[in-house]
Amino acid sequence: MGGVSADRPDIARMAHPSEGAGGSHDGDTEGDDPEDTLSSHPARQAGAGTDTEGEADTGGDRVSATEAATNALRAEAVAPVSYLPVAAQQEHAEPHDPRRSDVDEWGRSEHMRSIVRRLYNPMYKYWFRAEWEGLEKIPLHGGALLIANHAGAIPSDAPAIMHGIEEELGRPVYGLADYWFRTIPVVGTMWSRTGGVPAHPDNAYRILHDQQQLALVFPEGTKATSKTYTDRYRLRRFGRGGFVEIAMRAGVPVIPIACVGAEESMPILFRIPAVAKALGLPYFPVTANALVMGPIGYVTYFPVKMKFRVLDPITFDAEPGLDRYSRSRVMDEAESIRATLQDALHDMLRERRSVWFG
Amino acid sequence: MAQALESEPEVEMILGLGANEPKVPLERTEFVRSDQKYSILNRIVRATQVDTIVHTFLETNSVNVSSRSLHEINVIGTLNLLAAAGTAGSSVRQVVVKSSTHIYGAAETDPAWFSEDTRRTSPVRTRLERSLIEVESLVKDFTDDNPHLVVSVLRFANVLGTDIITPISYNLRRRRLPCIAGFDPLVQFVEEDDVVRALEYVTAHSIAGVYNVAGAGKLPWSEVASICGAYLVPLPPIRPRAFAAPLQRIRALQFPPEMEGLVRFGRGVDTGTLIRAGFEYRYTSAGAVESFARANNLRRSTGSDGEAYRYEQDVEQFFRHSPAVVRGIDG
Repeated sequence: MGGVSADRPDIARMAHPSEGAGGSHDGDTEGDDPEDTLSSHPARQAGAGTDTEGEADTGGDRVSATEAATNALRAEAVAPVSYLPVAAQQEHAEPHDPRRSDVDEWGRSEHMRSIVRRLYNPMYKYWFRAEWEGLEKIPLHGGALLIANHAGAIPSDAPAIMHGIEEELGRPVYGLADYWFRTIPVVGTMWSRTGGVPAHPDNAYRILHDQQQLALVFPEGTKATSKTYTDRYRLRRFGRGGFVEIAMRAGVPVIPIACVGAEESMPILFRIPAVAKALGLPYFPVTANALVMGPIGYVTYFPVKMKFRVLDPITFDAEPGLDRYSRSRVMDEAESIRATLQDALHDMLRERRSVWFG
Repeated sequence: MAQALESEPEVEMILGLGANEPKVPLERTEFVRSDQKYSILNRIVRATQVDTIVHTFLETNSVNVSSRSLHEINVIGTLNLLAAAGTAGSSVRQVVVKSSTHIYGAAETDPAWFSEDTRRTSPVRTRLERSLIEVESLVKDFTDDNPHLVVSVLRFANVLGTDIITPISYNLRRRRLPCIAGFDPLVQFVEEDDVVRALEYVTAHSIAGVYNVAGAGKLPWSEVASICGAYLVPLPPIRPRAFAAPLQRIRALQFPPEMEGLVRFGRGVDTGTLIRAGFEYRYTSAGAVESFARANNLRRSTGSDGEAYRYEQDVEQFFRHSPAVVRGIDG
């Protein structure tokens, strides 16, 4: 990326105004949106940088705070450092680490992310007019596995959820998604810089357990995004329940998020498997957007009203850290989460009067 | 490595063995020039009653080596060395093998961090990886057959330093770094000094097992270029090696097959096991790149890597064995 040629302080400085902007925007949301149950400012204070490093805030000076945050994150990323006995740590200073960009071990760059947030914000606020319910159920500290229903030929829910949580709670969200993204030039890199992480159990465990961060997964996977409009809001199979197993192993709660609106933002009318095969895509959809707007429809969403409802966190009464968990238990839990989410979706749809105005 | 060992007073004797002459001044090391022939190795092991073998001759750069000699050096060389070390009545107590994290491969399905027992996720595509896997399986068999020996395998990430030339350092010295357009993977590096120190550490402490060795943290490929002041040479995402081949032919850059996956998907190895065993790194990944960049600047300004050293056997023999040399004054 071109950005990396910038010096370290520059990045910190560039990240700075965006944080300020975010803060003032938060004020706006509070005004506009009485449903926003969070007073976002303290939340932002608490979650400055990432929640795992408390000392980031005590740094006083903003630049050093950001640096401390990144360094602490990195130090933690390479977890072993903390395993050293205290004496050994004091004897040997941390080796000098002359990083120039703020790209973390997952490829996420807060700098890049803040640019994307600024670009995406009008879309989030004025196009989708996203609204949250129960956002206070997402913890400000500690790991949690967020799961949501997934929809849209090019799903519009993932960026909206990540953007919403990062703006409102001020803590990063890592979006776990199919490896396939990594193989696409440019898109794969951008995906990674803006918080995308290949969904591998080891990656998920490290994010949730070792780093106590938020991870977002869509347990239905591409089965959900490839479904046609006739199947809207019908949850697909929740994979093999892998998300439950990971949450158990990491000892973190699962927090389901029901999302209404994404289904209608880019509905699939039918799929052409032959084209998908020829292009090497998971599926090739013909969307309503494409019929209305032509090729531009493949990159333009309908201006649907998006609503998110955060459901109660589900904690598991299982011993963390095991290699394997009872298959039947995992499947039962996954199925019950799926049922809860499906109920919430039906409930939200019952209340919805218009696709466009909510 | 030998230089580092020389500074340890309790080491009685060091025997260097290699096909090429040493490039650094060695004071106490006896150097034998040889190739990896079993008979010679066996005779040397028997004659000298060595107790430790540090095996560092694995080729981890397939640019200038033919497929056949890669196999010959890595697999057959190791086979012979281990056979010599494992003969009945052998005095060998410890074997340290220098391997590479190339053994994990690099694919989109990889986890962000490989631990020592994570299996590679992609099929083996390059001959270098194949030979490394074969070598490590030989070492594993050797370990199982000789439970009384301390066998350690160190898997090093991309090494950067003035003495070891890898495809990456070859390119960086020329201030260019091939990349695949649209990809900016995260990679790890380990500084040459840390390589030597890690080998020395496991040798001195007799630590058995397999360990990843890499500097802390990962950095994007583009940042490597930026720290070194190198230009990124973008190769097309489809068949990048075909496009790199002519450039490689005119020696403009090196882009071996095993590098393709690395610059597409990157690779990260978890170094926790060795750190928990007590090893301390002097350089992080970015630190290794920076230290290389500095050395590179020096080289560009003066045209050399500092003082050059030429091994001259006659002179060495004279200093070591001639009665005319007064001992005890200068080593």
